[in-house]
Amino acid sequence: MLSRVAERVYWAGRYLERAEDSARLIDVHSQLLLDLPPTVGIAWPQVMEIIGLTDEPVRRGRAAERDMLKLLLTDEACASSVTATIAMARENFRTTRDIVPTEAWQGVNELHIFARTQLRWAVGKRRRHDILSEIVTRVQQLRGLLSDTMSHGPAYQFLCIGTNLERADMCTRIIDVAVASLLKDPERLQRYDNTLWMSTLKSVSGYQMYRQYVRRRIRGPDVLAFLFQDADFPRSICHCLAQIEQCMTNLPKGAALTRQLNALSKTVVALDVKRLDNAALHVEVDRFQLALADLNQQMTATWFSPVE
Amino acid sequence: MNWPSRHTSLGEPKSKTRLTFARRLRTVAAVKIDWQQYDPGTAFDELIRAPGQPHSAAAALTRYLASLSPKMLESRQEAAERAIVEMGITFTVYSEGRNIDRAWPFDIIPRTIAAREWDQVAAGLTQRLTALNLFIDDLYHERCIIRDGVVPEEIVATSRNFLKACIGARPAHGVWANVCGTDLVRDADGTLYVLEDNLRVPSGVSYMLENRIITKRVFPELFQDSSIRSVDDYASQLFEMLNSLSPRDVERPEVVVLTPGIYNSAYFEHAYLAQRMGVELVEGCDLVVGDDDCVYMRTISGRERVDVIYRRINDTALDPECFEKDSLLGVPGIMRAWRAGKVSLANAPGSGVADDKVVYAYVPRIIRYYLDEDALLPNVPTYLCSEPDKLEYVLANLDKLVVKPANESGGYGMLVGSHATRKEREEFAPFVKANPRNYIAQPVLNLSTVPTLIEGKLEPRHVDLRPFILQGASTSVTAGGLTRVALRRGSLVVNSSQGGGSKDTWIVEAEPEAATQRRRR
Repeated sequence: MLSRVAERVYWAGRYLERAEDSARLIDVHSQLLLDLPPTVGIAWPQVMEIIGLTDEPVRRGRAAERDMLKLLLTDEACASSVTATIAMARENFRTTRDIVPTEAWQGVNELHIFARTQLRWAVGKRRRHDILSEIVTRVQQLRGLLSDTMSHGPAYQFLCIGTNLERADMCTRIIDVAVASLLKDPERLQRYDNTLWMSTLKSVSGYQMYRQYVRRRIRGPDVLAFLFQDADFPRSICHCLAQIEQCMTNLPKGAALTRQLNALSKTVVALDVKRLDNAALHVEVDRFQLALADLNQQMTATWFSPVE
Repeated sequence: MNWPSRHTSLGEPKSKTRLTFARRLRTVAAVKIDWQQYDPGTAFDELIRAPGQPHSAAAALTRYLASLSPKMLESRQEAAERAIVEMGITFTVYSEGRNIDRAWPFDIIPRTIAAREWDQVAAGLTQRLTALNLFIDDLYHERCIIRDGVVPEEIVATSRNFLKACIGARPAHGVWANVCGTDLVRDADGTLYVLEDNLRVPSGVSYMLENRIITKRVFPELFQDSSIRSVDDYASQLFEMLNSLSPRDVERPEVVVLTPGIYNSAYFEHAYLAQRMGVELVEGCDLVVGDDDCVYMRTISGRERVDVIYRRINDTALDPECFEKDSLLGVPGIMRAWRAGKVSLANAPGSGVADDKVVYAYVPRIIRYYLDEDALLPNVPTYLCSEPDKLEYVLANLDKLVVKPANESGGYGMLVGSHATRKEREEFAPFVKANPRNYIAQPVLNLSTVPTLIEGKLEPRHVDLRPFILQGASTSVTAGGLTRVALRRGSLVVNSSQGGGSKDTWIVEAEPEAATQRRRR
């Protein structure tokens, strides 16, 4: 498999996952805001922070909300908007369309058409949920299609690595922001503690599975343990890392990276999340994010543009 | 792909954009297709012999079309356009300083050709390419044809496409142009002429294949009842031909498609063909020539040797060591590898010498010289401006002629005298005078027409035809080819970059006697 193509497929996987995660996050956050009185101070800036739009000035009020949603959803010039993310996914699929099943390319293309024509209707509240959940569904269908029709050779492995790396990254960002909000104003938010953690779980599609497998009422430390360490939940950090490791063992020259991942997994499992206070947790999340960035660099050095 | 949540069925338009709505308003007044009303004028029409009388190959099609209401026809055109957008069939145009990925313009009414006629055309195309390849090989070796005085030496000496770096090279099977796209046009009397041979990097075959897929979706009923030759084995034939060029005798030679990248107008086609053949689509930066003169591609497991390169970049961009020093698209050293016989390039560099429009005028003589046969397909009468008396004639008759530069493609830099203004003709003449070797002139042909859906009605529009011929260890010709159509009334320019569209092309077997009789009863 060509190095250049491997890199594009990897990014195709990342952008597709990012589009799904952002759409879900915005959808869940919209629901959450309906459950919270405005005085608690949870608003759109938190979502902007998760998605990486930290430079935007914080404004309040209805007009500001519209502007922020436009930025998050439809702004093609804003690289983090859902539309732009889908456009990037499409571009990576378009430039690798010789190796991706035709139906998958068409699916991405249609997703792009859908995003460009429909997302602006999600700026207002009324149709937001319908449109965003349609985006999530389409990405999930696409991933199912890829999994079931594309040979699980190197190209597919890179796609999966991209998906899982992005998913782990997004999960840590969501945790980070949830923790930071609680950290800022623990007293005022205490009453809504439950609602906030529930929303965090929903942001990674984990609410139902948490109920089923943890079988405890929703408490911060348990949620954190679930999101970091649950071995079976497909969106937990632990599970994502295991997936990446599995993919890498199927690739040539993957030995060194597999070892690096294995070590990272071990540190995640060893985290005593229930004991960590919020400040210490924030440090851990930061460290983990750096480790993911390093992983990305190692992949470039190993497969995408190795020094000859 | 059909998503459950918005499943669409053909013939039942769901996306009511403003555009289609407006179009439907216009069609309210249109009546059911009446072939008595369809008048191709003085041109030869590919479907209709005379008002109300179809050619036999088009009988089933025209009968069927007459049974559709304009509304049904419109909705099928919309279904086709939607399919094109959703399937992502695009071509790229460079406009206003940026590249735009445009949906492929397509008209749903197919063009038909009788199988019996096509078999003769295919024989003519095979003959022509065989002779052209013998000619190219001769030019880069002994040059017998020049020694024998059949073709003047200046033609080679002044050809921009003759490459000194290719002298003495020996491509596999002695074949230089492995993929050829030959443009055919039909004049008012029904004769098919060869307009030009494209021997460098001819494109369009993917659109021919996609047009068929869309037409099958739009008119499934027709494929059931008539015998239309299939086109979809092209990719296998191309793959087999490329395999036959491998310099290494291995079971699975490494074949790749070399593209200039996503900004090239034909990128869609490059990706399409690579995908259909199941081979890598590479860019120049993916390839490297080793110290052993072999070509390698950079893969995730390291370097892997490449045997055959179906290159879709121009000769002079191929190798910065050899041609354009600043080409970023090419691969340094690739000509060295090719000359050493370590890799095959299709088409071989230097093949373009034979698709020079001046050489074109000599093709009938070239066929006679190498094959001792008369050309099965006629050339359009051609005046070489390099011959003084012809130049004089051309300048005196600019208003009746098409003047073309010898080395351009895509319809650029040419003058259609009958359509040009006096001023345009006067501005064009000095270019011809200054560089007569670079121009040829041909009479304006009255290109044949095919009924085309224009605002809900069928109107005649001019077409050409580009079949593709593959030559390696053996030769094959596509069943039909890409029919391009000039969508503007009266226009003869069919290039997609200049407002042309395309149609599916059907090679139709004669209806068995019994079926015809049953229908008559």
